[in-house]
Amino acid sequence: MNPLTMPVADGWTIARRNTLKIRRSPDLLGAAVMFPIVFVLMFAYVFGSVIDIPGVPYKEFLLPGIFVQAVLISAQTTGYTLTLDLQKGIFDRFRSLPMAPSGVLIGQTVSDLLMNVASLVVMATVGVAVGWRTHSSPQEVVLGFALLLLFAYAFSWFTATVALALRTPESFNNIATMVSFPLMFVSNAFLDTSELPAPLRVVAEWNPVSTFTQAARELFGNTSTAMKASDAWPMQHAIPASLLWIAVMLLVFVPLATRLYKKAVSA
Amino acid sequence: MTDAITADGLVKRYGEVTALDGLSFSVPQGTVLALLGPNGAGKTTTVRVLTTLLAPDGGRATVAGCDVVRDARRLRSHIGLSGQYAAVDEHLTGAENLEMVGRLYHLGAKRAKARARELLERFDLAGAADRPVKGYSGGMRRRIDLAGALVADPPVLFLDEPTTGLDPRARAALWDTIAELVAGGSTLLLTTQYMEEADRLADQIMVVDHGRAIARGTADELKDQVGGNRIEVTVTDAAELETAREALAWAAVGAMQTVPESLRITVPVTDGPESLRQSLGRLAEAGVRVRDAGLRRPTLDDVYLTLTGRRAPGADEPVQEAAR
Repeated sequence: MNPLTMPVADGWTIARRNTLKIRRSPDLLGAAVMFPIVFVLMFAYVFGSVIDIPGVPYKEFLLPGIFVQAVLISAQTTGYTLTLDLQKGIFDRFRSLPMAPSGVLIGQTVSDLLMNVASLVVMATVGVAVGWRTHSSPQEVVLGFALLLLFAYAFSWFTATVALALRTPESFNNIATMVSFPLMFVSNAFLDTSELPAPLRVVAEWNPVSTFTQAARELFGNTSTAMKASDAWPMQHAIPASLLWIAVMLLVFVPLATRLYKKAVSA
Repeated sequence: MTDAITADGLVKRYGEVTALDGLSFSVPQGTVLALLGPNGAGKTTTVRVLTTLLAPDGGRATVAGCDVVRDARRLRSHIGLSGQYAAVDEHLTGAENLEMVGRLYHLGAKRAKARARELLERFDLAGAADRPVKGYSGGMRRRIDLAGALVADPPVLFLDEPTTGLDPRARAALWDTIAELVAGGSTLLLTTQYMEEADRLADQIMVVDHGRAIARGTADELKDQVGGNRIEVTVTDAAELETAREALAWAAVGAMQTVPESLRITVPVTDGPESLRQSLGRLAEAGVRVRDAGLRRPTLDDVYLTLTGRRAPGADEPVQEAAR
């Protein structure tokens, strides 16, 4: 087989395998579909009844933040399933086959991208049901979802890197929770950061989660001129800043994860 | 005859531990070599080096004419590996597992599918083909794992402790399957902790210890070296142990083994029944009261003890004395 198409073909085979696995694992499926539904409903009705955003209904403000948060959570499947596979003999099997070594990580990240597509569809549907509306052109809405999926894919490589460095499901889960919760909550995903005290506000404004949320809000038309605009650079240029984040994540974590994978499986 | 596998002075170290200490051997095409040894002897490391999972620190090796380091990618299309623990995906069905392996051997979707069904039929798993492997028994898992190694019909097979952890019935069934495979002309490198397994499946047996070969030959040659059978005698009185040892020494072809706590002496012999008959006569002449006497087949532990004068690592009974 052609050395250029082989990683793609093998990656697709592995992605199919992971997709079948996810379909048969209630816990992973639950994380991908149930969490987002619960989050949409919980935040929309609990936070929605106390938080007031100038110029935008809270549910419209909230949904792009929920999307980003769901991506953050479901990209962790990549890391988690990698650590589970590391503890079994399946990587030995893969490595004894004449497949492209890069196929394993490509397949893993691609299957999680597919899962993210599914969870975005579920959330958008539930969102619309509770009152989320977009106020931009259809092209911009499509670009909004595309940006979220690009973020999801790049972030999967980051979680893969962390997982391959830690190597056990327990330690991965601990670290993932410890890192993702502050990222999610010290951001503009659920509230208006201009209300935060200065040090927290600065952290929130430069937090990539805020950047992606802001970019999604702009593309979906869920912003308002009545909101106090932040003058931090990533908030002013959320879409280019998001693309920059995606490029940096891919450039750093694709080679790093690939190297750590080689190290982890040849011990 | 050409060699399907050659290993020349293989060395592998893990920090302080030397797993392979200049191991050399070859396996002629179409034959079966069993690596026999206890845990930690270097069997699995050997398989991992030969299947390109692990780079050796020294020496060189070829499989099907491909160098394990320089020609790794090409080598992998000529081998099948079935590991110590079943390397299959629990959430996938038997058919899906084999199909995935077929695709990764680049058989193409159609052939991969057909080949999966064929193997499931052959390994008596057709009925369970569309059930997730999660629900399979231990024996079924080993069979599906073994089937995975055969998907591309590779000329060289590696089976790393294929029956470890199986109950005797599942083990015997798997032996039949492997014996059939080998009859088809594949070259096989097998690792095992069971003398009986090596005896049953291999043309040649190589005993490994601390990463080096300490004996090699056919099962019969090895038995001549270590004794084909064991006479086991239990005396009634500890005071008579020494007399009993003297009376039994004539029959020993290797190191006799005495366990004072259980008043037992084990003697490796060649002609089992005849040796036992004569030994009982000599014990009676010497006035030793025998509580129990019998014949048994040699275990890996016996082979070790005879060849190295040490017990196999992990063997349970303490031995006070192991002198000829």
